[in-house]
Amino acid sequence: MADIPEKLTELLEDFTFVTDRNERAALLIEMADKFEEVPPQVAERPFAEEHHVQRCESDAYVWAVDQQDGTLKFHFAVENPQGLSARALAAIIDETLSGQPPAQVAAVPPDIIYTLFGKDISMGKGQGLMGMLAMVKYFARERAGLPHP
Amino acid sequence: MSGIETRGYVRPEALVDTQWVADHLTDPRIRIIESNEDQLLYPSGHIPGAVQVDWTADLNDPLSRDYINAEGFQRLASHIGITPDMTLVFYGDKNNWWACYAFWVFQLFGHTNAKVMDGGRLKWEGEGRPTTRDLPQYAATQYPLRQRDDSRIRAFRDEVLKHVQARGQLVDVRSTPEFTGERLHMADYPNEGALRGGHIPGAKSVPWARAINPDNGTFKTADELRAIYEGEQGLSGSDEVVAYCRIGERSSHTWFVLTYLLGYPNVRNYDGSWTEWGNSVGVPIER
Repeated sequence: MADIPEKLTELLEDFTFVTDRNERAALLIEMADKFEEVPPQVAERPFAEEHHVQRCESDAYVWAVDQQDGTLKFHFAVENPQGLSARALAAIIDETLSGQPPAQVAAVPPDIIYTLFGKDISMGKGQGLMGMLAMVKYFARERAGLPHP
Repeated sequence: MSGIETRGYVRPEALVDTQWVADHLTDPRIRIIESNEDQLLYPSGHIPGAVQVDWTADLNDPLSRDYINAEGFQRLASHIGITPDMTLVFYGDKNNWWACYAFWVFQLFGHTNAKVMDGGRLKWEGEGRPTTRDLPQYAATQYPLRQRDDSRIRAFRDEVLKHVQARGQLVDVRSTPEFTGERLHMADYPNEGALRGGHIPGAKSVPWARAINPDNGTFKTADELRAIYEGEQGLSGSDEVVAYCRIGERSSHTWFVLTYLLGYPNVRNYDGSWTEWGNSVGVPIER
């Protein structure tokens, strides 16, 4: 089992100490403010369906662009204008998983969603956010030549 | 003018438009309540003076799968500074989906002086109306202890089973793939919340958001709603209707539509919904 990327581990540690829901929200909104939509040289509307995250209420899309060093740069689009949590997760993934070894990205456990967003998010929201991460991990496995479960 | 009163609703007083809310922002008899699916939205900006009621953190019992009890509701009401004579106005994201859910839970406790803001956050923001990140401060109130009444608008599994056996009316408001039981396998997904896919026998499929105009999140007119629920699906207000979805959130939206906009006298929300039914041993399922 590969380690998970160090940048993500550090961020998760920051969130582990958050117990107050307002503090958590403030941290996540700060991340969401950093969200940058997929640039047109990577993808333009209408986006291809194979990049569409299934069952994400926020209509999120994920792309992974090969880098020369063997890593991936992740890009996102969030079509729901009120999809703030999806934007926050997209910014977090880009900041902590882009440019990291694909085998490590593939090893990220889905329950980081609860560490980041709290255990009391709705089932639908949890599934949508996990769906975004699942697509990121799918691209990472492809890049690392790992089998899909 | 949004024309709520021109849309033919049976109980139009259950809705207010964004202008009405804008005109009552500082009215001490009104409390504006935001309830969202996305927990980041309220802290990122809300209608000035609005309080937040979060369904998981505020409306659900933290231990048992149930809603808060009388004492819990009293604490919540005190915390958001309401009294029984105040008018509550609910709004939120996703076409007021969670706003209707919170509205429904408040009805379990009998706070009938309640309304939904037509169009929700989407319309308010779309009209360029003000929002703030400032958290309002209201003095705690003394709200009387009221027992939760689960008998009128809430349905439990065994009641639904009897309702099915009596060939009662059911409306399944989930998406079509959920209704048909089609599985969407994706790696890394947690389980879908149920061991079996499909729907409760006899249920009509009307995905909840069909009641909404997608461009601005407002409710369709009564004629348009009747064309869907009655003309197309053959539902009728003359007999009881049970609405369900996965955990009872989307179906509270349909409960609101049938109860207030179309005036059905006997609509219940089965909040156990598919996460209970699809996991229950021995209950009938249709695909």
